Amino acid sequence: MAYKIIASQCTQCGACEFECPSSAIEYKGEKYVIDPDKCTECKGAFELQQCASVCPVPKTCVPA
Amino acid sequence: MSAPITWLESLTNTTSSGQLLTAAKSGDCASSSCGSSSRPTDMDSATWEKVKDHPCFSEEAHHYFARMHVAVAPACNIQCNYCNRKYDCANESRPGVVSEKLTPDQALRKVIAVANEVPQLSVLGIAGPGDACYDWKKTRATFERVASEIPDIKLCISTNGLALPEHVDELAEMNISHVTITINMVDPAVGEKIYPWIFYGHRRYTGIAAAKILHEQQMLGLEMLSERGILTKVNSVMIPGVNDQHLIEVNKWVKERGAFLHNVMPLISEPAHGTWFGLAGQRGPNALELKAFQDRLEGGAKLMRHCRQCRADAVGLLGADRGQEFTLDQIPLELDYDGGKRHAYREVVARIRDDHSAAKKEAIATVASVNIPGSLQVAVATKGGGRINEHFGHAKEFQVYEASQTGIKFVGHRKVEPYCHGGWGEDATLGDIIAALEGIDFVLCARIGDCPKKQLLEAGIQATDAFGYDYIEAAISALYATKHGSDRSQLTA
Ligand code: SF4
Ligand code: SF4
Ligand code: SF4
Repeated sequence: MAYKIIASQCTQCGACEFECPSSAIEYKGEKYVIDPDKCTECKGAFELQQCASVCPVPKTCVPA
Repeated sequence: MSAPITWLESLTNTTSSGQLLTAAKSGDCASSSCGSSSRPTDMDSATWEKVKDHPCFSEEAHHYFARMHVAVAPACNIQCNYCNRKYDCANESRPGVVSEKLTPDQALRKVIAVANEVPQLSVLGIAGPGDACYDWKKTRATFERVASEIPDIKLCISTNGLALPEHVDELAEMNISHVTITINMVDPAVGEKIYPWIFYGHRRYTGIAAAKILHEQQMLGLEMLSERGILTKVNSVMIPGVNDQHLIEVNKWVKERGAFLHNVMPLISEPAHGTWFGLAGQRGPNALELKAFQDRLEGGAKLMRHCRQCRADAVGLLGADRGQEFTLDQIPLELDYDGGKRHAYREVVARIRDDHSAAKKEAIATVASVNIPGSLQVAVATKGGGRINEHFGHAKEFQVYEASQTGIKFVGHRKVEPYCHGGWGEDATLGDIIAALEGIDFVLCARIGDCPKKQLLEAGIQATDAFGYDYIEAAISALYATKHGSDRSQLTA
């Protein structure tokens, strides 16, 4: 149960990083990645996944 | 007009601040009003103090001063139909486009490098590529670092306004004196056609609900800034058939809420940019349509006409981007600020500005005294300093002035591909330049060859370098007088 980022589509804006309530998103090497152990799919925090809601590129933050 | 010719170029080209100071001191001041500031008549002195070295907030200042943007804020909280954040091209000049995103520390290094080299630098702005208020932590960290190193640099931000109200107090505390809000509508029904979604309060809104929230936040933010005496410029993107007529209403609203300037910019929508509007075939207005519309707005909130729709990492005088000289790989890791060049430059500008302003007044009086109706559209090639000092073939843009009995007015600029690439002109480019100069009667430049001159003439545009290095307004008034037969002696070519 986690989200992931399709790196080839990501613009590296970093919005998902600071919206994530679980600090699951990090800039690693050359791209943003979601740590599946930390991602809660925003359950208990928000109705919808924050990374997917803020991301400007459709289908870039998606269920893993 | 006997202008004391202090060549600003010699100041901006010198390599050491010692040399610069010598150059600055050698410029003799012939004006008796030495030391006073040449404030435009329509501005109180407190406001003039705030804008006199801000190239975007003062048309007069844009001849002398430069701004730089640092691209530290890539995250955005709304989607606009004219923006595609995946797109990035070094040759493009338009808002939102950057080649290099910076961390606040990298930004500080870049600002110091530019301040050491570009004496005209007076303003540091954060204009994206996302939203400076939404990506607030990075905006704030950058401003704090820079202000402690270079205290006299003016700070300014651009924002879509959605997250603005929550940061207005901090903006005031941090001495951010100039804010630009992009406002494209005051009617959410129009907004719905421009903004597919916003992200606000931890959720995504679409349609009319999104536009309504955005509108309310924008108005609130503008009012809060006005209350605190922070100068606010409103940018509007003119989208034919979507919000063009509606911008008259926008102009009224923002004027009532204290906006200092209103800047109506043309939509840029080439399909190749991949924006929603671009792909949907939505066109932007051409230069003449834009000008006609801006003329209709005269009398409302004061209009800005000299905006260049800069990249979010632009460096230098408006219209002459030097960003490519200051990419991170060209900047040393350790760098100390040396304000010598900037200070010397300011000293000189303070002196020659009055002379320029006197020349301008005289020119406007000449034009007003010529008792003939009709106006003259003049395109000028300039590198700054208020003079005609750029070669026709090197010009990346022409600044357009209108001379009529009511005076000499700056009305806009026309971007072009420089005609000379390494010394010879290219015919295809000249054709494009002629097209870009539609509606222009005269072109004034420092130098022009016979061949382009002839081709321009065939297209009905007269070009001359007879006024090379003169003040722009002085040359235009001489031209106007000559054209109307009152003084033939001044036009020698
Ligand atoms: S789904 Fe929520 S918790 Fe998981 S990465 Fe996205 S924002 Fe973070
Ligand atoms: S919000 Fe989307 S585009 Fe931005 S960094 Fe995250 S995944 Fe990439
Ligand atoms: S985009 Fe317009 S307002 Fe912004 S820096 Fe360029 S000229 Fe100034």
